[in-house]
Amino acid sequence: MASSATVGDLVSQPYKYGFVTDIETEKIAKGLSEDVVRLISAKKNEPAFLLDFRLRSFRQWLQMEEPDWATLGHPPIDYQEIIYYAAPKQQEKKASLDEVDPKLLETFEKLGIPLSEQKRLSNVAVDAVFDSVSIATTYREKLAEHGVIFCSISEAVKDHADLIEKYLGTVVPGNDNYFAALNSAVFSDGSFVFIPKRVECPMELSTYFRINSGDTGQFERTLIVAEEGASVSYLEGCTAPMFDTNQLHAAVVELVALDDASIKYSTVQNWYAGDENGKGGIYNFVTKRGQCRGDRSHISWTQVETGSAITWKYPSCVLQGADSVGEFYSVALTNNRQQADTGTKMIHVGPRTRSTIVSKGISAGHSSNSYRGLVQLGPKAVGARNYSQCDSMLIGDQAAANTYPYIRSQQPDASIEHEASTCRISADQLFYLQSRGIAFEEAVSMMVSGFCRDVFNQLPMEFAAEADKLLALKLEGSVG
Amino acid sequence: MIRPDAPVLLEIRDLQARVEDQPILKGVSLTIRAGEIHAVMGRNGSGKSTLSKVLAGHPAYTVTGGTVRYVGDDLLSLEPELRARAGLFLGFQYPVEIPGVSNLEFLRVATNARRAGKGEEELDTFAFEDLVRERLQVVQMDPAFLERSVNEGFSGGEKKRNEILQMALLDPLVAVLDETDSGLDIDALRIVAGGVNHLAGPDNATLLITHYQRLLDVITPDYVHVMAVGRILRTGGKELALELEERGYDWVDAELAALERTPAEVG
Repeated sequence: MASSATVGDLVSQPYKYGFVTDIETEKIAKGLSEDVVRLISAKKNEPAFLLDFRLRSFRQWLQMEEPDWATLGHPPIDYQEIIYYAAPKQQEKKASLDEVDPKLLETFEKLGIPLSEQKRLSNVAVDAVFDSVSIATTYREKLAEHGVIFCSISEAVKDHADLIEKYLGTVVPGNDNYFAALNSAVFSDGSFVFIPKRVECPMELSTYFRINSGDTGQFERTLIVAEEGASVSYLEGCTAPMFDTNQLHAAVVELVALDDASIKYSTVQNWYAGDENGKGGIYNFVTKRGQCRGDRSHISWTQVETGSAITWKYPSCVLQGADSVGEFYSVALTNNRQQADTGTKMIHVGPRTRSTIVSKGISAGHSSNSYRGLVQLGPKAVGARNYSQCDSMLIGDQAAANTYPYIRSQQPDASIEHEASTCRISADQLFYLQSRGIAFEEAVSMMVSGFCRDVFNQLPMEFAAEADKLLALKLEGSVG
Repeated sequence: MIRPDAPVLLEIRDLQARVEDQPILKGVSLTIRAGEIHAVMGRNGSGKSTLSKVLAGHPAYTVTGGTVRYVGDDLLSLEPELRARAGLFLGFQYPVEIPGVSNLEFLRVATNARRAGKGEEELDTFAFEDLVRERLQVVQMDPAFLERSVNEGFSGGEKKRNEILQMALLDPLVAVLDETDSGLDIDALRIVAGGVNHLAGPDNATLLITHYQRLLDVITPDYVHVMAVGRILRTGGKELALELEERGYDWVDAELAALERTPAEVG
């Protein structure tokens, strides 16, 4: 019989972003020590408070142990084998894009992120980060007219030191966890966003992270502050070349929302995932946390995680202000030998705080996909509510899905709902779609995007279609 | 409508198939010309549903012998989606639910796949909406069903109407309708049969698979085939269905027993 298509192993199509840009790079020697921390800080001409922050974090990191509680397995990481700073030469930030190395512009163009004036995405301002440095930020002047600051964190350290000193490390302290401490010691670049009081950011903000060098770690740091009544929607994207070795990516993202402020943070993560046998790929250990510091503030995380060999990531909300709202919408797709342990923490501190968690895990191939989430209601969180929904979809019979919900409540009358489901794409469903002229792979991707619809609906319009396509690509090449 | 000179759309020769290790079809032969309506009747387990699944290309069934020519092509060498694009339609006895996939979107993708098969242009969302709203009337279906997930939470009758709606959109050359009457009340049966009659024309053909005469009261077949243990035992006109209705299937068993005895006696 001609039809050999069954729901079996799924092989990703070749990773589209796996190329390396041939560009002269300034790198420091590999390895990590207090001197390296000082060197990074010196390269960036940082003020004393920041060097202190780095050194304190580094000393604490030395005392810490790498966490091992996640459902992940990998050989030990040798932190002395990593290069902690790499930058394209002449990386002095350019006043105009005309002065940026055309090779870099070309690289981003190839990634679908045109930076030049004529081709820019309309209504999306982009900060482009290449290895350890930001090379360009678009639409800065237009944003400045509204009082919005959008620049690399290195520039913010120079131009807005007061804001950095006031907010950096206040949501994720330097000693928060092993990977956050490492990041706090050696972070090189990332984005800074500041939305002043009562300003609604006039455009989408976006940072695109690109790892290029093979032996380099990327340690970016993002800080977003929305003052009283301000609102912003921000999106990050990421890709990396294909290397046989594993690369470490340990980022920290901090969000601060004051009274009535709203921050929507979306991620489309497509780091190189390694080959079908699990060789190579990015180790993605990320700490993302938002603090609803003000009353009635609102923080929403949306993530589409498709890449990385290992994903360890729990975008969280600390709901401190009364009536504040936290949301987490996630799609995590793993294929081949990928491993993901991801979820969220909703820490309800203030009264009448509310949180919603919608997590969709899709496991194909020999991958392992775990949801790990904490819902915590403290003694003052009177009238707090949470709703969680965790759905898993299995493709083939070699993949694993786990759900680890943790609930800690000090509110006897709290309303906490948790729903979970697991489904498998059935052969009969696929045959039904095929018998209507829809090819096997399109049928799989229709069902997968149907499964993810609740989450994709949360993405900014420009990127929802993108996410849909990305998942389809990742599942293409299914064989029986 | 029987026209001896009408082109042959489907020609099944000595078709044999099994599911896992169990042989189900043991040599089915059937020729269907344009304009004809055929009915295959038989008890549960006679192999009539298997015949429909094998024609559509269900992966659980393995063809072990015989040939099927479809408008001149070797049907069995085509993937199920290519059979559909070429105009073979299977109306399912138990249409599956597909949560999360919007019915409207599904119908549009399917319609465009079939249009591509006919060498026609793809319809954009607006043109498709116009088409689907017009075709909804064939089965008197509420447009609200377009906004829901494919078959999700539909009643038995609504699922069958959705099948006929798909048939109306896909414009098949050969429609195989597997137990389309099962689970329908009398009103729904009339609507579904009305849709089938409306769609039957001189250029296409319909193969009804059914257990009961009641469907054939509302759709008049040109040929009736009686199937038992994986073979077509008898072929006749619509009166054969009435005979079955009157006498039941017991005489089929007697005939079958006779058939099985014959070779030994002759031998």
